[in-house]
Amino acid sequence: MSTGVPMPPPVDKKTPGYVQRLTYLESLEAPSDPRSRRTAARVWGGLWPVGLAILIVLAVWQLIHVSGWKSQIFPGPGATLSNLWHQLQTGLLWHAIATTAQRAILGFGLSVLIGAVIGAVVSRIKPLRAAVGSLITGLQTLPSIAWFPFAIILFGISTTAILFVIVLGSAPSVANGLIAGVDYTPPLLLKAGKMMGLRRLSLYRYLILPASLPAFVAGLKQGWAFAWRSLMAGELLVIIANQPSLGVLLSTDQDQADMASATAIIIVILVLGVLVDQLFGLADGAIRRRWGLAGQGS
Amino acid sequence: MVRQVNSVTVTDRSAAPPAEDLRGTVRLARVSKVFGRGSSAVRALDQVSLEVPPGEFTCLIGASGCGKSTLLSLVAGLEQPTSGEVSTGGATVAFMFQEPALFPWLTAAGNVELALRARGLKKAERRERTAELLETVRLTGFGGKRPHQLSGGMRQRVALARALAQDADVLLMDEPFGALDAMTRDVLHDELDRICGGRALTVLFVTHNVREAVRLGDRVIVLSSRPGRVIASYDVPIEHPRRIDSAPVAELAAQVTDRLREEMSR
Repeated sequence: MSTGVPMPPPVDKKTPGYVQRLTYLESLEAPSDPRSRRTAARVWGGLWPVGLAILIVLAVWQLIHVSGWKSQIFPGPGATLSNLWHQLQTGLLWHAIATTAQRAILGFGLSVLIGAVIGAVVSRIKPLRAAVGSLITGLQTLPSIAWFPFAIILFGISTTAILFVIVLGSAPSVANGLIAGVDYTPPLLLKAGKMMGLRRLSLYRYLILPASLPAFVAGLKQGWAFAWRSLMAGELLVIIANQPSLGVLLSTDQDQADMASATAIIIVILVLGVLVDQLFGLADGAIRRRWGLAGQGS
Repeated sequence: MVRQVNSVTVTDRSAAPPAEDLRGTVRLARVSKVFGRGSSAVRALDQVSLEVPPGEFTCLIGASGCGKSTLLSLVAGLEQPTSGEVSTGGATVAFMFQEPALFPWLTAAGNVELALRARGLKKAERRERTAELLETVRLTGFGGKRPHQLSGGMRQRVALARALAQDADVLLMDEPFGALDAMTRDVLHDELDRICGGRALTVLFVTHNVREAVRLGDRVIVLSSRPGRVIASYDVPIEHPRRIDSAPVAELAAQVTDRLREEMSR
């Protein structure tokens, strides 16, 4: 079936010929399988605009550097990238990346767990939704950095304080994603599920949860963005001795006015954030293709 | 063969057996349905009484807003009547909508299988029944496709297979072919004839296409608009196989259309 064109059905003597022909013609009308496009072409199609964007940024940066603006303190891309290259050879940067990544995984993991539980409970219990729903949205709009004094007074200068703020910043997005997914389960599908005999738990397991998956993934993506921001803010504010993290390195660079190193760390933070975001993008794309939501041929 | 009836009693079909204990008898007794309250209340159905004996294919026809879909929702138990009684005599009910309403995250086979799973069938049995049902609707080989990879007609075939998977006594169909082109619809009419002919299935089929109603139904019931009332019932004595463009179908369809026009110009 690699051609994508369905074969005519086997000859069946009881059916009038025109019915068989029409059934076959009808099947030809079906949209062809989008998966048949070559993966390599798709990867290249996604990569070259990114490459171009990077080139443009480097060119503008180099131009500013050449123009001599604040040349005493403002390094060009060459100096910065070679600084980054050197730092990548040292254990310190990798140690810092490991610490930060660990906090990110732990903090975001907790957010997903807590957000999903809150979302599931709130979406099931109607009276809770009005009260807690608006609370969640309120939390979401509150810049999570505002929580740090609170967290530091409560937990001291510790990883717990950072994780606390990550969860406060990120869990509401996760919860909201799930609630939105459950709320916007198409009523027609709900009707169809009920007529099929799906009730209570099975209705959730086989219908509402899968139906809310795209909104949930969107919530995860947004939750990740909030978690990453809260984590960076936290690492700049909550500096724990003998625990190098990306935030600590950045803060040290600020103290030493080491612009090349600071810029190099920013690049690392940017790349890490984008990479994780891309993972959610991939998951989102996979769901869209599976559901047929992606535009045909796009 | 035209039988005019007043709005309250449509129940005396001489051919029907005494239907007291038969599963699959759909019975509505003076059913009314009002949506909303006070001044904004809309009466969708008004004192509708009708009885569909087991195994009969009944078409409900009427202009839009006559409460056809509401009637099906009441029979399905998706809504409760404001007054009156709806009963299916303990029968199980399957519903097919105008849209296929397939679950996009499942394949065609997965959609059919879920209905079997909801009935509690074991895995091996589910697989076997799914293959049979897909064959019944002539989709063998398409089980692995997702709904968006199928044409409109094929999607409705999957929806039909899914409804049949429930093995219900009553099948409710709400304009299931309304969104399809005429050629595909003709083919699906033949398929539906064939499938229903082999089963003791009570069918309530809602449509606004008079010819479709006459082509498919053992009986055609005409509803008035706003509020919906039963205003006429026609037996369809035309032998199977029928064609939508044959003279007897066209002739009876013309009579039904005249009755509908008369109602609409009132």
